[in-house]
Amino acid sequence: MQKITKSQLVDKAVSLLADGTVSAVLGWSMGEFSYDVTPRIFTTEDDIRKSFVFNDFCGANLSKYLVSKTDGIEGKLLVFLKPCDTYSFNQLLTEHRFNRENVYAVGIPCSGMVDISRLKAVSGDGITKIHEEEENLLVTTIYEDNPITVPAKDVLLERCDNCKSKKHVAFDELLGDSGEVIESARFDQVAEIEAMTPDERFAFWQSQLSRCIRCNACRDVCPACTCEKCVFDNPLSGAENKSPANNFEEQMFHIIRAYHVAGRCTDCGECSRVCPEKIPLHLLNRKFIKDINEFYGEYQAGAEVGARAPLVDYTVDDPEPCDVLDRRDTDA
Amino acid sequence: MQRVGVFVCWCGSNIAGTIDVQAVSEALKKEAGVVFSTNYQYMCSQAGQNIIIEAIKEHNLTGIVVCSCSPRMHEATFRKTAASAGLNPYMVEIANIREQCSWVHKDMMSGTEKAIILGRAAIAKVNLNTPLTPGETPVTKRALVIGGGIAGIQTALDIADAGFPVDIVEAKPTIGGKMAQLDKTFPTLDCAACILTPKMVDVAQNENIRIFSYSEVTGVKGFVGNFDVTIRKNARYVKEDICTGCGACVEKCPMKKVPNEFNLGMDSRRAIYIPFAQAVPKVATIDPNACNMLKSGKCGICAKVCATGAIDYNQKEEYIQEKYGAIVVATGFNPISMEKFDEFAYSQSCDVITSLEFERLTNAAGPTSGHLVRPSDGKKPKTIVFVQCVGSRCDAYAQKGKEYCSKICCMYTAKHAMLVRDKYPDTEVLVFYIDVRTPGKNFDEFYRRATEEYGVKYIKGMVGKIIPNGDKLIVRGSDLIMDKQLNIEADLVVLAAAIEPDKSARNLATMLTASMDTNDFFTEAHPKLRPVESPTAGVFLSGACQGPKDIPETVSQAGAAAAKVIGLLAKDRLTGNPCVAYSNEIMCNGCSSCERVCPYRAITYEEKESHINRGKLRRIAVVNPAVCQGCGACTVACPSGAMDLKGFASSQIIAEVDAICR
Repeated sequence: MQKITKSQLVDKAVSLLADGTVSAVLGWSMGEFSYDVTPRIFTTEDDIRKSFVFNDFCGANLSKYLVSKTDGIEGKLLVFLKPCDTYSFNQLLTEHRFNRENVYAVGIPCSGMVDISRLKAVSGDGITKIHEEEENLLVTTIYEDNPITVPAKDVLLERCDNCKSKKHVAFDELLGDSGEVIESARFDQVAEIEAMTPDERFAFWQSQLSRCIRCNACRDVCPACTCEKCVFDNPLSGAENKSPANNFEEQMFHIIRAYHVAGRCTDCGECSRVCPEKIPLHLLNRKFIKDINEFYGEYQAGAEVGARAPLVDYTVDDPEPCDVLDRRDTDA
Repeated sequence: MQRVGVFVCWCGSNIAGTIDVQAVSEALKKEAGVVFSTNYQYMCSQAGQNIIIEAIKEHNLTGIVVCSCSPRMHEATFRKTAASAGLNPYMVEIANIREQCSWVHKDMMSGTEKAIILGRAAIAKVNLNTPLTPGETPVTKRALVIGGGIAGIQTALDIADAGFPVDIVEAKPTIGGKMAQLDKTFPTLDCAACILTPKMVDVAQNENIRIFSYSEVTGVKGFVGNFDVTIRKNARYVKEDICTGCGACVEKCPMKKVPNEFNLGMDSRRAIYIPFAQAVPKVATIDPNACNMLKSGKCGICAKVCATGAIDYNQKEEYIQEKYGAIVVATGFNPISMEKFDEFAYSQSCDVITSLEFERLTNAAGPTSGHLVRPSDGKKPKTIVFVQCVGSRCDAYAQKGKEYCSKICCMYTAKHAMLVRDKYPDTEVLVFYIDVRTPGKNFDEFYRRATEEYGVKYIKGMVGKIIPNGDKLIVRGSDLIMDKQLNIEADLVVLAAAIEPDKSARNLATMLTASMDTNDFFTEAHPKLRPVESPTAGVFLSGACQGPKDIPETVSQAGAAAAKVIGLLAKDRLTGNPCVAYSNEIMCNGCSSCERVCPYRAITYEEKESHINRGKLRRIAVVNPAVCQGCGACTVACPSGAMDLKGFASSQIIAEVDAICR
């Protein structure tokens, strides 16, 4: 797939701003390091030309920011959406979380975003510069005189390795091409965990979730977590003072969160991308998606706006609770 | 802080037998908020209730916990008790220490320990209770009866007689149901048509009754007193209001070879047909699968011969929307398919027939005009074998048949056997049976007449195999009393096939949120004390949809269901359930999850000013308390916890769990 360049995005943003189609632009800007990219709102051409960034580290899903950032602006907000971001976009629309009329969505192709941890594992720490050259990354570090060449495809984010779709399911305009839904191997690791004995499975999650520092990054970045008042911040919810009580309840935070986003999670993988402890949180969500697919037939949250998700719908063909129980018995 | 009183019931020895009630009341006295705790032999008795009333007054109780039987049994009783002492009835919590505790424990220690834990949970909950006041909803004074067999007919007539309008929805082109297909009825042997058809005419002529024949219920919304029902009137391609039922179209229809379902396929009808002479409504119906005109546009004879111009080949199905206060299910039964019972050679020989086919074969209006002849060659059978319990009382693990007794087969088999011997005394009649069950008024006398006066030979034992042999049927069975194998050469075999609920019942149960048992019979609200009410308020049960029944039993249940409906429709307003959902608008995201799961369509959305961001309008869920039934589906679907249920708040449930896990 042809890669999209930063200048194409900048030109598009500037022209849409200039002709009045949009009054602000939601994109990415540089953080402290070149690989440290952060979402940002731009309102002037100068600002866009100076600070807009698009590179292999623009993994951040911008959909969620529409919930708060479409408020208080006159006119429309331009948002750039990678294929996987468009699913979150639709899911948020399904849940009435922002107004479609306030948004101008430009779909951009994506060949996968880079995982900085994986890159550092190859290049080493102390990165001063990353130069993208076709399929490779030329990484300069403080320890090496010559840049190290790393093929980008070797250091992609897990979700990009297991990309589920190159298709844009929502957009006002496309830059470049839209691809197709992909038969990915994203449920393989879930199946491996399912195959464990209950003790092994408990030990696996214990070892993963016990690293959690409750920074809330997974929740804050999650496009399904847009509650006006999160239950974990709400003293009246009964969940707020539960999760940090002890080691076991700490883990409940992630399990409760997985339940809350079940049937709504589009598997965008942002939770795992931002986790500073590299906990594979997406596996909890994928377990739900896999179960939903198996019990109710294939369902992809966000594939279309207004779809009645299996968990908030009822048909006479739905499996009976005993079917779930039967499967548990055969699993164990 | 609440001032809680705890009342532990012994329930005679039901609870006290396996639970140390004294220890329970002592232990619960120490719980937070508890200011009074006692135990008594029968808390539900007048004396027991007086203890509660006095304690409420004396100790200024703000909440009470009764540790007793299931809340389904006496919650209402104790709520009334509390109300009579001036306490809000929703400040009462029941800890079920009988069904879920004393009855399942044998050991006093563990039973007592569990009772204390259950009591603790109820106390934790009542500490968070708030007084609730129920609202009221109006009642739509019209009833719907689904099914137009004898059960539906009787229920509709009784309701109409009390002055309320009733609609009957019947899937077939005519009402009458199974009873219309029967010949004579036990134990009096009067003819089914003679006693049924006058009732059918009564239904047609009753100004309070509307019949939607050839129609089905396709959607039910709402709740007791206020059901919103969609009825699909299937296209019969004949204008019901114009057709006079003269039958000229039927006579002239060239499609003569359509299997006649009314005679169970034993003869044929035309593509346009009236099921039987006394059909109500007496209107022709075109079978779209058989009619040439509808299939290929070639024919149109019926339209030409119809004097009133009632034929309408372009008729479309029609949807009717109607409101009802009560719904009666009377969907009846069918004999089970004999497909899996190949040992009886049902599919190999047409001289092996089911009992219902036998009814048609002996009926004067049947395919043979009442002459009992073999379907294969039209000859008179000399030896007839009846086999009872075909598919009834089967092993739970068998891959075919039903575990239950179909109840009616013993009596109708005795009837069949007796009628044969009466009409054709030279015919030998044998009946294979497991048991003969005749517990009904004049039933056993009837059976004994068959054996003693009419010489029907009853053989205790089952038939293992039936082998067609030339024009005979070899019936292999065992005689358990004589302890020998029998090989009987029969001319005709009649199988008393088990009966099962009509297939439409399951789908209907889903629409009505009425529960069913594992055999798809509708479950009653209480098997002894509320046998004609379903657990879903406003839905009542009539006839064999609730369990196998004969005609007298069906008619009495139909009357009972009608009485319940009349009792409901006589009220102008119903007191609602105050335990309804409400949305906390500060937390609501307006995401529509609750609206999507709500089975009652009780949730709508409003644009409201945000509390956090003044001036900004936000989408907020609003619950209509008159429509909400408090099922709680929305509270679990809500991602932010904005939806909560009064009387069953999430915080209360968590408090209960915490108290149990403490």
